[in-house]
Amino acid sequence: MNLQFVVDGLLAGAMIGLGAIGVTLTYSILRFANFAHGEFIAWGAYAALTLTALIGFLVGHDVAPLGPFSFGWPLIVAGVIAMVLTGVLALALDVVLFSRLRARGNAIIMVMASFGASLALRSLLEFIFTSQPVYFSRELQIAIPLGAGMKATPDQLLTFGLAMVLVVVMFLVMSRTTIGRSMRAVSENPALASVVGVDVEGVIRATWLIGGALACAAGIMVGITVQVRPYMGFDLLLPLFAAAILGGIGSMPGAVAGGLIVGLAEAASVPLVGAGYRGAVAFVVLIAVLIVKPTGLFGRRE
Amino acid sequence: MLRVENLYAGYEPGVPIVRGATIEVAPGEVVAILGPNGAGKSTLIRSVAGLVPKFSGRIVLEGADITALPAHQVIRHGLAFVPQTENVFAGMTVADNFALAAAIVPPRERHARIGEMYAFFPRLAERRGAFAGRLSGGERQMLAIARALMVRPKLLVLDEASAGLSPKMVETVFRQLQAIRQTGVTILLVEQNVRAALGLSDRAYVLAEGENRHAGTAAELWNDPAIADLYLGGAAKREALA
Repeated sequence: MNLQFVVDGLLAGAMIGLGAIGVTLTYSILRFANFAHGEFIAWGAYAALTLTALIGFLVGHDVAPLGPFSFGWPLIVAGVIAMVLTGVLALALDVVLFSRLRARGNAIIMVMASFGASLALRSLLEFIFTSQPVYFSRELQIAIPLGAGMKATPDQLLTFGLAMVLVVVMFLVMSRTTIGRSMRAVSENPALASVVGVDVEGVIRATWLIGGALACAAGIMVGITVQVRPYMGFDLLLPLFAAAILGGIGSMPGAVAGGLIVGLAEAASVPLVGAGYRGAVAFVVLIAVLIVKPTGLFGRRE
Repeated sequence: MLRVENLYAGYEPGVPIVRGATIEVAPGEVVAILGPNGAGKSTLIRSVAGLVPKFSGRIVLEGADITALPAHQVIRHGLAFVPQTENVFAGMTVADNFALAAAIVPPRERHARIGEMYAFFPRLAERRGAFAGRLSGGERQMLAIARALMVRPKLLVLDEASAGLSPKMVETVFRQLQAIRQTGVTILLVEQNVRAALGLSDRAYVLAEGENRHAGTAAELWNDPAIADLYLGGAAKREALA
């Protein structure tokens, strides 16, 4: 049996996991399922794409790719700026829309509003960039043999490594820093958090910024290894939620583990049961885990 | 130290639970707020702590008007509040509970302050790596009080410190509060356990239906038949309080 699906699954899973961190943070801290999160992935990818083109224009000549990778330094600079901009976009969406609805304390209204925001953001993206897929680079990549019949391109290996680095950084932020502890505290008990001195509104702002930035990183990675399309975030939305729920809402390691499991399950479904069932297999795994452990893999009972 | 003037507060606009309550706490004092269930005691101190909306009235802490401040600003003015239930972060370790609260302590003092609390509550030092959700009821109460004390508050406000604890544990908690009192910390507490509260307090206020009904020294209120009427409403009062 060809084990290539393991590589494909881990790569897809790492990106899903990265996006799912934002979903799980938003869900646990703001207490609603943000269906516009997928759009941050697409907007982040397009922001990086636009900025890369802008940097290329300002430099005035083609920038050579870095080493074995398909892209040059402009994408790295653009990626960092795009992460900031996507975080700001997420924060702006909160200021304009969610913060006003949050005051009314109705989670269903927030969820429906996020559906609306998702549609608006996606349509705007399609209007500006059309629905044609675009690419960060058209450089050819030669896949490197990894053993046991598995192969991966340098871009794929780099994005997987970067995703894992971001996950470790986020884990350290959440466990070792004041903002991380504050986010965990607000997620558990916002009133008590404010009593011990945590600025809950500040934590909410940080959550949007971090969630948006990570979604952007996931979007750039999908853009580098696959393509950039207005629907790229929407297509990832269900796997993102599956990963967050599978890992246990509120658990960051859970979101990453959930992402990897969903990615692997989807990839494994192609050789095992056929590509047509790809989307369904992840949800079979999700349902099976939730029947055995309703709080998800790392979730805690309320 | 603390002056609450004619305060109206409640959770829903136009529906005050606290109706014109007025209390005063002097530096170094221990003051109890007593009253029957639904008297508005907890709402009063939760509004003082910045958790409940105020409709009118004034709250002044050491000369500073804190009426409009949110809870995370109130603690920075020196008022530390210990809620009645869910007063620790169950998903965090004891050490992380302290580390979270230490964020408002000057960085150079954080380590020493946490050490002080472990010295004052040795049981917490033994359980520093345990998740707070795994602690016993008494240990959780200790952690909640220690976390509040760590910021060296001018005023420690406790909501039903004895709630849900066994009689033995209530005794332990009040013994610790007595020890805290010896260090000069000013305390304002709401309690259903009248005996324990008056045993610790210098003075007390009695609230009913959100209004001040009685006030006096602990000894005066202990011997006031009206207090037992409000609590027990009948003949059992003397036996219960005796």
